Amino acid sequence: MRSTSRILSLTILGFAILAFTIGSSIFAAPAQAGEVPMPSPAKAFKGEQCLEPTDVMRRDHMDFLKHQRDETLREGIRGQKYSLNSCIDCHAVTSPDVAGGQVRTLKPFCAQCHAYAAVSIDCFQCHNGAYQPGIGDQSALPADHQAQAMIAALEKQLAKGADK
Amino acid sequence: MTDKSMTKVDTSRRNILKGGAAAAVITLAPGVTLRTVEAAVTGPATNAKRWGMLIDANAPSDVWDIAVEACKAEQGWGKDEAHANPTTDPQWIRKVNVKDPKTGAKASLPVMCQHCANPPCVDVCPTGASMKRADGIVLVDKHICIGCRYCMMACPYSCRSFVHEDVHGQRPHMPRGKGTVEACTLCVHRVDKGQQPACVEAISNMGSDAMIFGDLNDPTSEIARAVSKYVTQRIRSDLGVEPGIHYRGI
Repeated sequence: MRSTSRILSLTILGFAILAFTIGSSIFAAPAQAGEVPMPSPAKAFKGEQCLEPTDVMRRDHMDFLKHQRDETLREGIRGQKYSLNSCIDCHAVTSPDVAGGQVRTLKPFCAQCHAYAAVSIDCFQCHNGAYQPGIGDQSALPADHQAQAMIAALEKQLAKGADK
Repeated sequence: MTDKSMTKVDTSRRNILKGGAAAAVITLAPGVTLRTVEAAVTGPATNAKRWGMLIDANAPSDVWDIAVEACKAEQGWGKDEAHANPTTDPQWIRKVNVKDPKTGAKASLPVMCQHCANPPCVDVCPTGASMKRADGIVLVDKHICIGCRYCMMACPYSCRSFVHEDVHGQRPHMPRGKGTVEACTLCVHRVDKGQQPACVEAISNMGSDAMIFGDLNDPTSEIARAVSKYVTQRIRSDLGVEPGIHYRGI
């Protein structure tokens, strides 16, 4: 009886030591060391409010762009709300990697999140991401698109309120 | 997240109200207003229009050099090809010299995408990248072009080019990239704004009417009147591809 309990206690002790050894090797190393830092895209060069609220743009910008590119190129519908050139107009930033920081380009802004999310699409093999005067001059982009963005957000809030 | 976006929304609304911007205002509820904004969206292109061009091959041949240079400047081609040779470098528009072997009569004419009504390049494209807009402008959708170059072989006018080299400094309205096929777009970005193609404008700025651009479907347009007045020809009209580019004097 006594020997049984001794064996049991020794076993428990053994497991405890084993667990501690393994645990210290596995868990003691801080998990943060291998973590990819969160992207922090540069603030827009101009303007405070994008075409849509930030959370909508983050999630849906690719759909806006792809949908509209097809309509523009294939159907000839010009001057809709979203366009790569209007992205460039506000979000092109200077970067020491591009032309020694002499020009504003969109690529560093996009690359921040795309590298983090392993998105391989590259618009800039063909599109020139550099800011050029008058690039955002779209007849269709309403001068108060910021107000429109606000309205969209407001409508969203109202719709939420109506659900409750 | 919701709280944050609400804060943001409130702030921007306050800023706008502070700015005192004037527009049509709809009151949804006390203190909550909506403003209506008219966006100047144009299009879609419809088959009510048929864009075309009339080129007078009797014009002095140096005007065509100006047309080619205007195209290069507008669309940004013909400057990056470090390894270019005449058989492979992009040519959206080129000056062709022709001679009648019997009479010895010579002429020069610009040849670019003929914007066919029945374009063979569209027929053969395996991805649908080669396409014709409703108003007759034939384009390459480079987003889905895989660079197979079937269209280049199909084109009776050899008007398409393949981009063999990396491209830099593209114009904002004209993305170009290695591995895709490209051709004259009839300056679709200008036409959609109600302007003339760059080559036509450059030539008419010189006071020449050697190139006329317009809507062939509109009987009052300059081109429709000219086409009904003069005998015009289309290159290889025997093929039945119905080009939109008409020529005089060939």
